[in-house]
Amino acid sequence: MTSPVAETGGGPAASRKAKRKPKAHWRARLRRDWPLLLMAAPMMLLVWGFWWIPSLGNVIAFQDYKPYTGGIFGSRLVGFTHFQVLFADPEFMRALINTLSITAFQLVFYFPVPIALALLLHSLASERLRSMLQSVVYLPYFFSWVLVIAIFQQMLGGAGLLSQVLRSNGFEGVDWMTDPDTFILLVTSQAIWKEAGFGAIIFLAALAAIDPNQYEAAAVDGAGRWRRLWHITLPGIRPVIVLLLILRLGDALNVGFEQFFLQRSAVGSQASEVFDTFVYYSGIRTGDFDYGAAAGLFKGVVGLVLILAANKAAHMLGERGVYSKS
Amino acid sequence: MKPVQRAAWEERPTIAGRAAKGVSIAVIALLILFPLYTIALTSLSSAETVNRVGGLVVWPGDGITFEAYEQMFRNKVVLRSLAVSLGITAVGTFISVVVSILGAYSLSRPGSFGHKTVLFSVLLMFVIFPGLIPVYLWVSAIGLRDNYLSIILPMAVSAFNVVVLRAFFMSIPQELFDSARIDGAGEFRVLWQIVAPLSKAVIAVVTLFYAVAYWNNWFNAFLYLDDTAKWPLALVLRTYVVESAPLPQAAGLHNAPPTLAVKMAIVMIAIVPALIIYPFVQKHFKKGVIIGAVKG
Repeated sequence: MTSPVAETGGGPAASRKAKRKPKAHWRARLRRDWPLLLMAAPMMLLVWGFWWIPSLGNVIAFQDYKPYTGGIFGSRLVGFTHFQVLFADPEFMRALINTLSITAFQLVFYFPVPIALALLLHSLASERLRSMLQSVVYLPYFFSWVLVIAIFQQMLGGAGLLSQVLRSNGFEGVDWMTDPDTFILLVTSQAIWKEAGFGAIIFLAALAAIDPNQYEAAAVDGAGRWRRLWHITLPGIRPVIVLLLILRLGDALNVGFEQFFLQRSAVGSQASEVFDTFVYYSGIRTGDFDYGAAAGLFKGVVGLVLILAANKAAHMLGERGVYSKS
Repeated sequence: MKPVQRAAWEERPTIAGRAAKGVSIAVIALLILFPLYTIALTSLSSAETVNRVGGLVVWPGDGITFEAYEQMFRNKVVLRSLAVSLGITAVGTFISVVVSILGAYSLSRPGSFGHKTVLFSVLLMFVIFPGLIPVYLWVSAIGLRDNYLSIILPMAVSAFNVVVLRAFFMSIPQELFDSARIDGAGEFRVLWQIVAPLSKAVIAVVTLFYAVAYWNNWFNAFLYLDDTAKWPLALVLRTYVVESAPLPQAAGLHNAPPTLAVKMAIVMIAIVPALIIYPFVQKHFKKGVIIGAVKG
């Protein structure tokens, strides 16, 4: 059996398991554990009612789905027809290319930012300054994309502050919020602004876990601060970096929905169409539910394969990966 | 400022190094805080000031007025959406936190009856997603359209939050459970009197995550609420500020076309709750409550 990462902690869990004697008869266990089942019931109701049962609705991807006349049980099966149409659809291809470009771009220009930020925070000797700066950089994580985009609009949009300052100094204004050519830069800066600070948390934890004696020993041996960074700090956080890198690769088809959906009308679909917006527009907006569901299902299946492959890669590299056999 | 403690082996920072660090800190803080500052100031400026400046107000010289806020609150659409958002956030967060604590507690007891089934139902949520369209059709089919429950129920359980809670519950020493059980306490008593009080920090963090998710959500409302009178604030913000569209039933109300100051006042109202709760919860982040679960 595999169990995700989430299946945390060896220690207490294992000892607790060990304490339970060989499995009792299921009736005895049911009599003992019914309060636990009762506690899990509301959660199970919601998880099944709004996650797993709707998941079954993906069969419409293989149907000629007629929402009013046929429904999910009365519609004709058409096999992989929708998928064939999908792969020949230039707009789907564009969404695929945009998604992968954005992932690749952000891997280079977003991914290192939280690491650099964590190194900076970690290097601050003043506890007070560090915790003040932490409070500031975590904050935007709690803003919605609507807010972040509204804020960016006010700063970099056609009527925004930057244009305002440029114009009053006799230059031409800029409008980065509607420019498809610079859109990838825009969404990456938005992602950095909103999420890089909070993303630094996990690297900070890894940095804090490095044994300070190592630094002392290295310093005594004459290693300067850069050599200590290179030979102790970076190797110390390498497992976390590799893990998050792999996770990101496994999540390559996910670049987020809201950020792109909200800016689609301003920038145009040419630059801003990604997988998730394609599903929305091809499915819900036009009413081709079966077609949209096919696109969504394709993404889900490929995404699952990518995650499994990424985890496999992590194991092969000797890292713990996201989940492990237990 | 107090002198900073430095280990004996550590060299004194060079002047260039200190300068570089100082500049980067200042730039980072400014990039985040300056937009918030100028938006706040604009929301507190009079319409004349905003017109004269021709946009966002940067210098505080022109005095402060609550004109924009008064105007915003006279607009019934905004006022009602604020109430809707507060209601959804309060009810939704309550449901989510209670359901998640109960579920996570039940999941923290390996070997119990049905444990594996429950565990996998939750853990698989990390890798398998139902997809937008099946959920949309399902929520519409079970008659939740135009019902506030269509916003709350689909996002009521976050697998991540459940796992965070569970990881913390499992780190509580087994002896505490044993002694409670010897005293004859049932599961509900153990949870309420032993586990919950010990887990205040992690519960606070999870509550914040849920509350923020509800407060910020506009997409469920956008999908399922056909009646624009039921819109939450985040959706009003999107329509009024991001899209610059006129609000649906704004006509007829005595509201002037949205001035920049009013728009910025709406932005502020959307930000403020996060700003108020955040300091109380933020200290727990450092204690690593989240990390425990993320690292696994």
